[in-house]
Amino acid sequence: MTEIQTAYSEMQEAAPSMLSLVLRKMWHLRMGVIGAILIFCLIIVALFCPYLAPHDPYKQDITKRLWKPAFMAGGKAEHLLGTDHLGRDLLTRILYGTRISLVVGISAVLLMLAVGVSLGLIAGFFGGKADTVISFLVNCMMGFPFILLAMSLVAVMGASLQNIIIALGCTGWPVFTRVTRIETMKLREREFVLAARSLAFSNRRILARHILPNLLPAIIVLATVEVARAIIRESLLSFLGLGIQPPIPSWGVMLAEGRDYMLLQWWLAAFPGMAIFLAALGINLLGDALRDLVDPYLRKT
Amino acid sequence: MRTFIIKQLIQAVGVCLVISMISFFLLFLNTDPALLLLPPEAEVQDIAKFKKQMGLDRPVVVQYADFLRKVVLHGDFGNSFLAKVPAAKLVRERLPATIELALAALILVNLVALPVGIISAIRRYSLLDNVATFTALLGQAMPLYWFGIMLIIIFGVWLRWFPISGSDTWAHLVLPAITLASWILPINMRLVRSGMLDVLNQDYIRTARAKGLMERKVLIKHAFKNAAIPVVTITGMQLGALLGGAVVTETVFAWPGLGRLAVDSIRMGDYPVVQAIVVVFALFVVIGNLAADILAALIDPRIRLE
Repeated sequence: MTEIQTAYSEMQEAAPSMLSLVLRKMWHLRMGVIGAILIFCLIIVALFCPYLAPHDPYKQDITKRLWKPAFMAGGKAEHLLGTDHLGRDLLTRILYGTRISLVVGISAVLLMLAVGVSLGLIAGFFGGKADTVISFLVNCMMGFPFILLAMSLVAVMGASLQNIIIALGCTGWPVFTRVTRIETMKLREREFVLAARSLAFSNRRILARHILPNLLPAIIVLATVEVARAIIRESLLSFLGLGIQPPIPSWGVMLAEGRDYMLLQWWLAAFPGMAIFLAALGINLLGDALRDLVDPYLRKT
Repeated sequence: MRTFIIKQLIQAVGVCLVISMISFFLLFLNTDPALLLLPPEAEVQDIAKFKKQMGLDRPVVVQYADFLRKVVLHGDFGNSFLAKVPAAKLVRERLPATIELALAALILVNLVALPVGIISAIRRYSLLDNVATFTALLGQAMPLYWFGIMLIIIFGVWLRWFPISGSDTWAHLVLPAITLASWILPINMRLVRSGMLDVLNQDYIRTARAKGLMERKVLIKHAFKNAAIPVVTITGMQLGALLGGAVVTETVFAWPGLGRLAVDSIRMGDYPVVQAIVVVFALFVVIGNLAADILAALIDPRIRLE
């Protein structure tokens, strides 16, 4: 074969076939459905955990300490995932943990949205000095390792559910500002915005009616993924002892407690982590599928 | 090029200033050093006298200026409340361990992300690409400290291949480095892949192919070189995430670095040490970003002009 032919055949190989594209598309869709199912289960558990959980999450029983899960030799069906160091039912506590994670995750992201999107709109739409100041702020926040700032904030304000939400919100907003700012800058120059301007609409009206609605898809996708990150970060703060405090059943608290018993009772650390993993995975899968739906450009890569 | 570097430098200094301000006011809001350092039975006059001696009765802005002057001129963050030695000294002692861990993780990440990302881009939607995408998806949902604990349970406790805490030998580095690497690997892999894809879609690649160059030559001579730019930028930008991940990894593996010192100091309210660590972390992040920006501008003249 000549060189040209080789190059040509290699290019043929490099280009994806129609079949693989279709498969990929279906795969993405299926993943999105799996994600939606996972999130649905999560919400159901969070809403109805008092009815679903077999025990009381706080009830200690020192005679039932560190029981093995039911599927292991020596485990009892009474406690499906075994019991922790205070004899509390692990499954029950994991189910109740869903509530904490969802509440913290969603509230923190709402806070990030409020701060981040408004700043992004201002920076992107008005530009100039406002943009310089806000972009500088975003740069500063990005230069700060999130975890140090969040931990310090919680330490300063005191560890409570509300303060953890505030700390996560205060450290997470720059992502939203960055995306909103760039998208707003692009939209600002579009014809329909210019038309609205030429009709002497107020800035507020243009922002609310013409720019924000066009930003929504991108923001919703980002917000979905950020909920997963907030859940992981809450569990992380709690794990380090600067988040939700025991005995409240947060997945991070349970992991921290389970860590002390990892040499022999591995399940105490393994299962709460699995819960975080499944929750974050479900949200990410749905987020990816949503991104595919709203952004045909990203679909290509 | 010179104006570009100067602009970046000014911005970097500004970021450092703001971060030092935030860390200073966090301490200021949080604790009254007089209450921490004096015995609880101290009289009101004694407290007032102590405050005067320490300069704590001055306006906040003056105190901040003084703090900044000491930090910039002498690298002096004050004494640790707990250890009673300069906070800067504590940080210096712990820094090498963190750098060792971060470097090991960074090398590991690039060893995996570069080849996998590049091959995924060249053979898009191949088996390797799909597997890599799926793994990255799983990795992004995985809390890294849980991953670390699972590694400890499987390779430390069950298989007994590696020690599970401390930092005495090379074997101690393996599990923490893998844990920390897993933190940034998914993002890195995705970014390398999309960076390479961007390059492959450029006109000059089409031209190179059109003039009949061998595909291998196109990739090596035209694509890789240009794909190096995003890789440099990514590595610089990842420093912050890497240090954040180090905080967690060090706590899980009892690794005697800055991250663990940070967690302990925040828990104990030892704020001079916290401030010192925050400033050191911020310096690393800012210098990393700066170096990445300048390197990228050196490689790619288009960036300078923006």
